[in-house]
Amino acid sequence: MIHMEGIHKSFGSNHVLRGFDLDIPKGSSMVIIGGSGTGKSIALKCVLGLVKPDQGTILVDGKDASSGDRDAFLARFGMLFQGGALFDSLPVWQNVAFRLLRGSLKRPREEARAIAIEKLRRVGLKSDVADRFPAELSGGMAKRVGLARAIAAEPEIIFFDEPTTGLDPIMSGVINELIREIVVEMGATAMTITHDMTSVRAIADNIAMLHDGVIQWTGPVAEMDQSGDPYLEQFINGRAEGPIEAVR
Amino acid sequence: MKFLAILGRTVLTAFAAIGRIAFFALEAVSHLFRPPFYGREFLSQLVHIGWLSLPVVGLTAVFTGGALALQIYAGGSRFNAEAVVPQIVAVGMVRELGPVLVGLMIAARVTSSIAAEIATMKVTEQIDALVTLSTHPAKYLTVPRVLAALLVVPLLVGIGDIIGIFGGYAVATGTLGFNPATYINNTVDFLEPLDVISSLTKGAVFGFCAALMGCYHGMHSGRGAMGVGRATKTAVEGAAVLILATNFILTGVFFSL
Repeated sequence: MIHMEGIHKSFGSNHVLRGFDLDIPKGSSMVIIGGSGTGKSIALKCVLGLVKPDQGTILVDGKDASSGDRDAFLARFGMLFQGGALFDSLPVWQNVAFRLLRGSLKRPREEARAIAIEKLRRVGLKSDVADRFPAELSGGMAKRVGLARAIAAEPEIIFFDEPTTGLDPIMSGVINELIREIVVEMGATAMTITHDMTSVRAIADNIAMLHDGVIQWTGPVAEMDQSGDPYLEQFINGRAEGPIEAVR
Repeated sequence: MKFLAILGRTVLTAFAAIGRIAFFALEAVSHLFRPPFYGREFLSQLVHIGWLSLPVVGLTAVFTGGALALQIYAGGSRFNAEAVVPQIVAVGMVRELGPVLVGLMIAARVTSSIAAEIATMKVTEQIDALVTLSTHPAKYLTVPRVLAALLVVPLLVGIGDIIGIFGGYAVATGTLGFNPATYINNTVDFLEPLDVISSLTKGAVFGFCAALMGCYHGMHSGRGAMGVGRATKTAVEGAAVLILATNFILTGVFFSL
């Protein structure tokens, strides 16, 4: 469904992606792992057009991601941002129903609110959260609201950027479980970025290990522990010694 | 040679910045006429920029008008021209002090708030989130703010002019012994339509500049708290300089041609 080939991206002299290739089949959950600053988020943002690659091809369902009707293209995606990225000036329900209150997916206000409350319930939040503002939420609640917003318009493809960063282990478990349930339930294609190995095992069908701007190893999560790839082994075992330099 | 190189680099950087701001302004103006339009955001900005700025505009104008009356009286008394207080207060407030002080107050209050808000949105990925939700940041954030400022700052300037004149009237009739009816007659008789038109035009231009600089620097903010702080500071400085420079040009256009 998503095909990325030969993606290069540099910021000045910093060559972040140096020939990034990845295929994500329809309905599967791909998790990209790798150290901090290796370009995982940049790869994800390239698909959405938030960052323009210097070189390479990105196809979604065989169509070039950088051409065609941008609104229709983005309407197929939902995204959970690392910090939630909730709009401070809007109450929670308007954050969740943002896409349903404007643009091509616009619904009547009451209907949009009802959908928002239903999505909040789906991520384990009560309806009284709907009228609160993002500043009044805890980190875990904000993450769940972000998740509710990502699924509000029932997208075909959902991206999760570091979904458990900054959360305690129990809340991380709750978020991982929710992501897995929602992806299976909606039949969506998912792409997740994380360096939390618990999340990887809970969410992934397939994983891809990114280092030095290229995918070092990719395969099913079940084969991860027997991959024989020195980069992946060092990463999943959290060793300081290995091909990945500890000081970068 | 080194000095020339530094000078050349500085000039090129300045022109590049002016070019980027000009392109940003053109993009904002082009979006004013193309749907979708976000009415709720526009109304919210009208309240924020217009209604909530009234107290600071009113206080600035009333004290300035009062001080102006005292200064003109004191200065005029040196050559027996105390009687011109109503006329000079009116012309001074409407042509210059009203629009410039309201513009600078808007730069302090609105430009800073717009820049800080948008810069924070940028560093917390809210701008990226807008894009992924099929919403153009320029249409959702820039257009409502620029349009609201363009429409409401002339009104604030008009109100500031009236309050400033009232400040002068209160001081002149309360402490300087002017007759209230004569003061008002002199004020009304002396002011010309061009004075008011220039004042309101300046208000519209200053409102546009103030909101535009807030949006531009917010959208181009660096990372982290330092990035937000720098964006806010640069936006206010830029807006203030732009307001004073355009005031000079507009004064020339209206009164020297």
